[in-house]
Amino acid sequence: MKADPRGVLTGTHYLDGDFACGEGAMAAGCRFVAGYPITPSTEVVERIARRFPMMGGTFIQMEDELASMAAVVGASWSGTKCMTVTSGPGFSLMMENIGLAAMMETPCVVVNVQRAGPSTGLPTMVGQADMMQARWGSHGDYELIAVCPRSPQEAFDLTIHAFNLSERYRVPVLVMMDECVGHMTEKVVIPPAGEIEVVPRRLTQRPPAEFLPYQTNGSLVPEFARAGDGFRFHTTGLTHDERGYPVMTAECQAKSVRRLMDKIRLNVGEIARVEEEDTDGADVVVVSYGITSRVARMGVALARERGVKVGTLRLVVVWPFPEARIRELAARVKAFVVPEINFGQIVLEVERCAAGKAAAVCVPHAGGGVHDPEAICQAILGAAR
Amino acid sequence: MSALTDDTTAREHPIAPFIRMERMPHIWCPTCGIGTVLKCFASALADTGVDLDKVSVVSGIGCTGRVAGYMRLDGFHSTHGRAIPFATGLKLGRPELLVTVFSGDGDLVGIGGNHFIHAARRNMDLLVILVNNFIYGMTGGQNAPTTPLTAHSSTMPFGNFERPFSLPHLAASCGASYVARWTCLQVRQLTWAFAEAIGRKGFRFIEVIAPCATLYARLNKLGSGLDLMRFYHDNVEIRNGADTREVDIGYQERIVCGKFRDEERPTYLEMMHEHYRKTLGDRYVPMPPEGGLIRGED
Repeated sequence: MKADPRGVLTGTHYLDGDFACGEGAMAAGCRFVAGYPITPSTEVVERIARRFPMMGGTFIQMEDELASMAAVVGASWSGTKCMTVTSGPGFSLMMENIGLAAMMETPCVVVNVQRAGPSTGLPTMVGQADMMQARWGSHGDYELIAVCPRSPQEAFDLTIHAFNLSERYRVPVLVMMDECVGHMTEKVVIPPAGEIEVVPRRLTQRPPAEFLPYQTNGSLVPEFARAGDGFRFHTTGLTHDERGYPVMTAECQAKSVRRLMDKIRLNVGEIARVEEEDTDGADVVVVSYGITSRVARMGVALARERGVKVGTLRLVVVWPFPEARIRELAARVKAFVVPEINFGQIVLEVERCAAGKAAAVCVPHAGGGVHDPEAICQAILGAAR
Repeated sequence: MSALTDDTTAREHPIAPFIRMERMPHIWCPTCGIGTVLKCFASALADTGVDLDKVSVVSGIGCTGRVAGYMRLDGFHSTHGRAIPFATGLKLGRPELLVTVFSGDGDLVGIGGNHFIHAARRNMDLLVILVNNFIYGMTGGQNAPTTPLTAHSSTMPFGNFERPFSLPHLAASCGASYVARWTCLQVRQLTWAFAEAIGRKGFRFIEVIAPCATLYARLNKLGSGLDLMRFYHDNVEIRNGADTREVDIGYQERIVCGKFRDEERPTYLEMMHEHYRKTLGDRYVPMPPEGGLIRGED
C-alpha cells in the first residue's frame, strides 16, 4: 500500500541522518516510539516527539532501554507499527527483549546510531563495532535483519525499508547507522506519499475459532492477530507450538527455532542487498558499509591512480550476509579489502565466505574518527601484489 | 488427561470459560495461592461484564508469570521484570484495551522495580495484580525484595537481614491512584477489589499475599499451605484507609489488609491529551482508541 500522507514530509530538505531516520519511520507508518536519551541517537526521537502529536502517534520516554524495547514489543501486538532508537550502551540493554521480539515474531524496528565502545567509550564519536552484537547480541539462536545507511537520504529510505522487512518477515529489523551518518547533514528528498511503498501489518482473515497464532500453512511466516480483536490468543518467550502454548521438548524447540532461522535463511536472496561498482574484472574488491563506504571511495580512487583494478561492494543489508555473492566474487578476485571502524568484524564473514579462494584483508580503525583513505589505498596495493 | 479437563467439568465450573482448559492441569503446586487469585480475577471480570475481547493480560517470569498463559484472553508471557513496560506499550498502542499486569513480587518489584515506580509515577493506565509469596518460587526459594526480616530463604540460609519493601507504601508514594492489599483467604474482598479496580483508571495496584507451601513454608517450617491460610485467618487486620506507612509486614506478624487508596487522579493518557489539546489546539491528532494500525488498500 501507499504511505499515510500524515507521516510524509514531502519535499527537498537539508537534514541530518538522525532526523532523516525519524522522517523515514513516520513515512513508513510508525505511530509508536519508546526511547531513552543517548548520544548520538537522541535527535531521532526528538524529531519524532515534535511531529507525532500531529499525526496520531505516541512517543514515550521510558525509564531505560530495557523498558523502551519491552514497550515496543508490547505496542507491536496492538497492531501499531513501532520503533526504538539508541546507541551502544542502550543497545546492550535492549538485547533481551530483541530476543523476545524474535521469539514472539514481533515486527519492530531498532535504530542503533553507533558510537565508539566498549562501554561508555567515546559517546559523541563514531564507531562501527556493534555489527556482531547486532547479529548475535541476544542469547539463543535467531535470525534478524540489519540495514546500514551511508547517508541521510539512505537513513530515510532504509528506515522505510526496515519497517517493510519487519512486517514481511515478522522479525526485529535493525538500522545500524553510525555517528557520522547520524550527524551528517545533506540533501534529503522525501517523495509524495503516493510514491512511497509501505507494507501494512498483515492481519489474519481467519475467524478466531480457526486461528492459531503460529500456524504457517506452508509458508514460513505466520499470520498476525492483534490484541483486542477477539482472538484471545497467547504468546510467550518460551518455546511454543502453533497455538502459542509452551512446549518444553527438544522436538518443539527443533521445529520452532528452525522456522525462525529458515524464514530468513531461505529468503536471503530476497533480503540481501549490496551495491557494486567495477567488480567485473577487478583484482581487489573493497567491502564496506555505512560511513566507511564513503571514505573507501577515496582510497579506491588513489589505488586506481596507481594502476590497480579495484571494485567496491557496499553492504546495504548487512544481516543476513550476502554469502552467495561473496563466494562468487571470491572465485575470481585476488583479495577482499575490508575497512571498518572496529578491529575486524565483518571481515570475518568475508573471510568465511571467501573460504580461502581469495584473501580477506582487515583495515581496522579503533573508532573516534574515520579511516585515512591512504591506509585503505595501501591495503589495496598490498592485496593486489 | 485427568478428569479435571473433561467437558462436564469445563461446563460446570463457573470460571471455565475464562481458562484455557486444554492446558490444565496447571504447573502450580498443591495449596499454592495463585490459582485462587486467578479465580477471583476471573469472577471479577464476569461480575463487571467488561468486554473480554478487549482485556489483555501481561505477565513476566515466575510462578505467577504463568497466569497470562492460562487465561482465555489475549495473553502475553513476556520477559523477567518487563511486564509493566510491555503492558505500557500495548496500552499506548491501543488505548481502548483494559491491560492487566499479573505477576509476582520478584518479577515486578525485584528485577522490574524501576518500571514499577515509573509506571506508578505516570499513573499509567494499568491494573497491576502482584501476587506476593515472600520468595522466589520457580527458581527454588531464593530471597525476594519482599522476604520479611529474619525469614529463611535458600539464599539467606541463616535468615534474611535485608529490609523488605512495603509494597502498598511504595505504590502509593509513587503516585498510584488505587492501592489495596488482600490475602488469598479474603476471596470476596479480593474479588470486589478486582471488580472495583477494573472500573477505576490509572495505575491500580493490588497486592495479594499468597501461600507458597513448597518453598516459603517449608524453608521456614511453617507447615502446609493450609497452615498459612490459618495464619492469615488469625493475623489479618482489615484497616481500610490505613496510612500506608503503617502496613509493612514483619515475619509472622499481623498483615494489614484493605483498600488504602482510591483517588481520582488524571492518568498518563488523560494528562497527555489534555496537555496537547491545550498547547496544540486543533493541530493535535490523538491516536484513535482502536490504535495506530494504519489500514490500507493494496
